[in-house]
Amino acid sequence: MSQDIALEVNNLRVHYKTRTQDVKAVDDVSFKLYAGERLGVVGESGSGKTTLALALMRLHKAPASIEGGEAILDGRDLLKLDREEMRQTRWSKLSLIPQGSMNSLNPVIKIKHQMADAIEAHERGRTKSEISKRIWHLLGRVGLPESVAEMYPHELSGGMKQRVCIALAIILEPSVIIADEPTSALDVVVQRVVMQTLNDVQAQLNAAMIIIGHDMGLMAQSADRLAVMYAGKMVEVSPIDSFFKDPQHPYSKLLISSLPSPEERRELAGIPGSQPSLLDLPSGCAFHPRCPVAVEHCKQVVPPLRDFSGGRRAACHLVEEQAS
Amino acid sequence: MKHGYLIQRLIMFFVVIVLAATLNFIIPRLAPGDPVGAVLEELRARGASTGGDAEDEIVAAYRARFGLDQPIHIQYVSFLFNTLRFDLGYSISYYPQKVEQALLRSLPWTVGLLAISTLMSFAFGSFFGALMAWPRAPAAVNRFVPFFMILSAVPYYLLGLILVYIFAFVLRWLPLGGAYASGTVPELDLDFILDVIKHGILPALSILLTSVGFWALGMRGVMVTVLGEDYLTLAEAKGLPDRRIFFAYAMRNALLPQVTSLAIALGTVASGSVLVEVIFNYPGVGWLLYNALRSSDYYMVQGVAFFLILTVAVSVLIVDLIYPLLDPRIER
Repeated sequence: MSQDIALEVNNLRVHYKTRTQDVKAVDDVSFKLYAGERLGVVGESGSGKTTLALALMRLHKAPASIEGGEAILDGRDLLKLDREEMRQTRWSKLSLIPQGSMNSLNPVIKIKHQMADAIEAHERGRTKSEISKRIWHLLGRVGLPESVAEMYPHELSGGMKQRVCIALAIILEPSVIIADEPTSALDVVVQRVVMQTLNDVQAQLNAAMIIIGHDMGLMAQSADRLAVMYAGKMVEVSPIDSFFKDPQHPYSKLLISSLPSPEERRELAGIPGSQPSLLDLPSGCAFHPRCPVAVEHCKQVVPPLRDFSGGRRAACHLVEEQAS
Repeated sequence: MKHGYLIQRLIMFFVVIVLAATLNFIIPRLAPGDPVGAVLEELRARGASTGGDAEDEIVAAYRARFGLDQPIHIQYVSFLFNTLRFDLGYSISYYPQKVEQALLRSLPWTVGLLAISTLMSFAFGSFFGALMAWPRAPAAVNRFVPFFMILSAVPYYLLGLILVYIFAFVLRWLPLGGAYASGTVPELDLDFILDVIKHGILPALSILLTSVGFWALGMRGVMVTVLGEDYLTLAEAKGLPDRRIFFAYAMRNALLPQVTSLAIALGTVASGSVLVEVIFNYPGVGWLLYNALRSSDYYMVQGVAFFLILTVAVSVLIVDLIYPLLDPRIER
């Protein structure tokens, strides 16, 4: 893995504006995405994963608004680009594999036109036959026959639609791909194949990829690093091996102990309580009411995300003491 | 397009026509007595002397002439046959003109006035409605919402009266009514065409203004739903230009339910516009129906009714045939 930075996000804040207060859906999130790596982002529903993905592409809809931070891609801050610059950047530098690909294709337009659209919006003066060849080639790369180009979305199965979305995402060879729960609507067999396809094309392009999801098994197979989000914050970012072997944050530990393991038969531990409402976050560390090891300090001071050995980062006051 | 689909639609169309003709046959025959007797009764009531002994002979002769002495099923078959040949019988008030001749004479006016104003209203209303839902449209667009709501609540004949009063009676900018200046002979020259347009403005405007709100508000509603679809998010993510997203992704999909409404609207245009044609003295199908009702011209009323059913059926057929081109999912 090279250490070129594909995307650097610093102190990103996305708030949902309500009449009474701002809900901090993404709260002071910073991370670096290296070229060619796959960063998994996991978290419970409502922890801000999808909001983060949409905000990076500036596709968030009101009442969501970006309240601060920067997202640097190719030396430019995405959050400061004007509408036209952002339009040009989308897809050519930063593409999206959407959550719910079932409904992500326009039902009344042929696949080839939906793919050609993306090319025509970014590259001038391509001939029709050039575009067609490129589309056929891409369909082949994701394991679909050329005939799919002439079809409408309703003529394709769920797995095929997802492959079309993957082909679409790499059509302009972007440096960053954001896959928002790319397989959540598929059954496990198709999931595996689609994920394999996605990983293959990503590796061929050497694009960096953010995979959002909550399937830890899938993450273990695909991601190079894993970021855990909790109540709008990143609480741990670690290389995938060390994350599963030696998770730092108490939340990560509980997450892993709640996973079934073939080696040992045991009662699966859950995490007591539930994620707090973003409207009424606990003081200090948002996880402290559910944390088995919380101390008085945790209730008062928000722990910053700190760097530890082995490229690991965690936001917990107690990590140093335990890691000693 | 699949042949099965086409054949299925055509059969459906044929069934509707035969059913309509059948109703047209049955309903008058449910009334007691027969047409010849009814005419005689009417003559008697007016004090005309009837032929005494000869009366029965005359009645029999007339019954034979109109085929009323035939058994009912023979009558039905010949009626169906005539209807399908578009032979709708003689008009009573314009005798010896036939109903279909009168209809064909009025038809161009109705089609010209109503179909064109309905289509214009549809096109303009749908586009404007789509803009009203579009988040990046100029803010001024949304100020028209209450305006459209009020207009769509006003009955078109009322607006027609107001328009006539203001522009024709008070300001005298436009003619009071008719399709062309009385005394001119219809011919295809520039003066006549301009005259027809001048006469058409007010009736067209009253239809356009009252129906444009319906299309605009309907379109706005569908458009809001479409804008929330995942494929719109992806279209935006693809970095497509706004214009492309608006037309090919948003409006294209939002138009589908509107087109269905258009089929129904076009079909009811002829019947729904009776009052407009009456107010503006416009010599269309609605005007024909109005006069036929006033003069108890049963054959004409029957003929117009059948014709109206035919227009609905034809416009639904046309839309049915166009729809698969707009929405590829509809065929299966």
